[in-house]
Amino acid sequence: MEDLTGTATAPVDLRVNIGSLELANPVMTASGTFGYAWEFENLIDLRRLGAVIVKGISLHPRDGNPPPRIAETACGMLNAIGLQNVGVDRFIREKMPYLAALGVPVIVNILGDSLAEYGEITTRLAGVPGVAGIEVNISCPNVAKGGVAFGTDPQMAAAATAAVKARAAVPVMVKLSPNVTDITVIARAVEDAGADSVSLINTLIGMAINLQSRRPALANICGGLSGPAIKPVALRMVYQVAAAVKIPVIGIGGITCATDALEFLLAGATAVQIGTANFVNPAVSEEVIDGIAAYLRAEKLPSVHPLIGGLILD
Amino acid sequence: MAQYQENVTVTRVEQFSSDHWRLTLAAPRIAAAARPGQFVMVRPGAGHDPLLGRPFSLHRTAADGTIQIYFKVVGRGTELIAAVRPGSHLAVLGPLGRGFRLKEDAGAILVGGGLGIAPLLFLAEQIRRQKVDYPADTVLLGARRHDELAPLLGDFTACGLQLHTATDDGSLGHHGLITDLLGELQIPAGSVVYTCGPEPMMAAVATFCRRAGLSCQASVESVMACGMGACLGCSRPNIRGEYTHVCLNGPVYDAEELLWKI
Repeated sequence: MEDLTGTATAPVDLRVNIGSLELANPVMTASGTFGYAWEFENLIDLRRLGAVIVKGISLHPRDGNPPPRIAETACGMLNAIGLQNVGVDRFIREKMPYLAALGVPVIVNILGDSLAEYGEITTRLAGVPGVAGIEVNISCPNVAKGGVAFGTDPQMAAAATAAVKARAAVPVMVKLSPNVTDITVIARAVEDAGADSVSLINTLIGMAINLQSRRPALANICGGLSGPAIKPVALRMVYQVAAAVKIPVIGIGGITCATDALEFLLAGATAVQIGTANFVNPAVSEEVIDGIAAYLRAEKLPSVHPLIGGLILD
Repeated sequence: MAQYQENVTVTRVEQFSSDHWRLTLAAPRIAAAARPGQFVMVRPGAGHDPLLGRPFSLHRTAADGTIQIYFKVVGRGTELIAAVRPGSHLAVLGPLGRGFRLKEDAGAILVGGGLGIAPLLFLAEQIRRQKVDYPADTVLLGARRHDELAPLLGDFTACGLQLHTATDDGSLGHHGLITDLLGELQIPAGSVVYTCGPEPMMAAVATFCRRAGLSCQASVESVMACGMGACLGCSRPNIRGEYTHVCLNGPVYDAEELLWKI
């Protein structure tokens, strides 16, 4: 199972449905790890992706945090980018035409400081050509007055979901924070508020210290931990949430290869997002798609559906 | 702008001091596309720890499709990269970033300090190829000790530019700072200074150039995860207080675009 990178020979059916959104395969690129996609155009065939989820967009442009913004840790990294983005209007004007022309579903990750902002961003995205879905970021831990309050409180999470859902013309995915006592409570709250799917996990809040300087490694002091280090936590939460909700679950957290992605499907994920691995290996998404296809052929499976939630418990 | 991810073969390993290394890598597509001042991301291994690639400026490219990186071992990542042998493979992504913009009709002064001398060999070789008056151009190289400079002097001398050195301990060339030498040079009006090195050195060079009315291009360093504009981790404020990203807007900036801490 280590090497699942064989190229396609016989066609296999990799399609999955996230509610009403059909994806050609279950591999998406996670928000904040894939820029606005053009950055990768020389290194990967973007048209093969299941979906592209773009960097989190706010109502107004954000500068982000002062450097240093990232720090490497064991099998992972911390980031405190601070939600730097061009704002929804410039995004629609400058970034969306390129994305729309790719011919793959584009899911726009949005974040707000208030319910009104979540609603307003959604309104502005309604009807924009190429926007196939909205991912609601209620979990980014980096901006003091930002999403953290929404992501850790079931009522607030539900309210943000409802605010988006009321104005959205496309399916709504809500991205959950792992920095809570019981993630299934939040998952059920956003499901009840109308979410079409949930994606998890966002980063785990962490910290690194430089002994030489006796200072935090990040200017922001704390940041979000991502990468292979968090995969066991993510798998556990996907497993728990998949058992708690009826809507599709999208697995995120430390995926670097097809084996990782397939484990998330077994845990109950309908699809996955690849995040930090894009930084390390820009071609990772294609390798995972090819690897899933190779596994289906080897196991003589007609599609990925028998694997979704197919974990065997003895 | 072409970029490639290549699994390259190490063709030569040179150890210049206890912790200074130079690797030659067979990376034909990167070599063909690279410009002086650009960089590559090199993964320390196939595993997850350490996870991220390391940025290295391109020290040199050659017509035989090889690239060179020159670096110092500063942690586990560089330690693993230095442990390769000829025939080993490394995952390399590049060429990345915006390199030096060589002004062919102006005098060129190259000022390098410490590991910042690495990209200047590539630039000096370009100057040798593209500038008719290259023998009038100057390279100033500074380091702490002679053993950090001596192994590279042959390659720089071969470029045919005027070469001067300085060391902190006086063991090679001028005893003192490289910026002392810059101040003593007779610099033709309109010359361009190209610099790479420690921040205080570049700050001094940038300040000198501003006062002397010379334009200056500085190659800066940053922590980064991806090297290609996706992680937004390598932010650096410009003079207007806006964040630029070293991987896309740099690593070579017009010095007057940046804030320098003196």
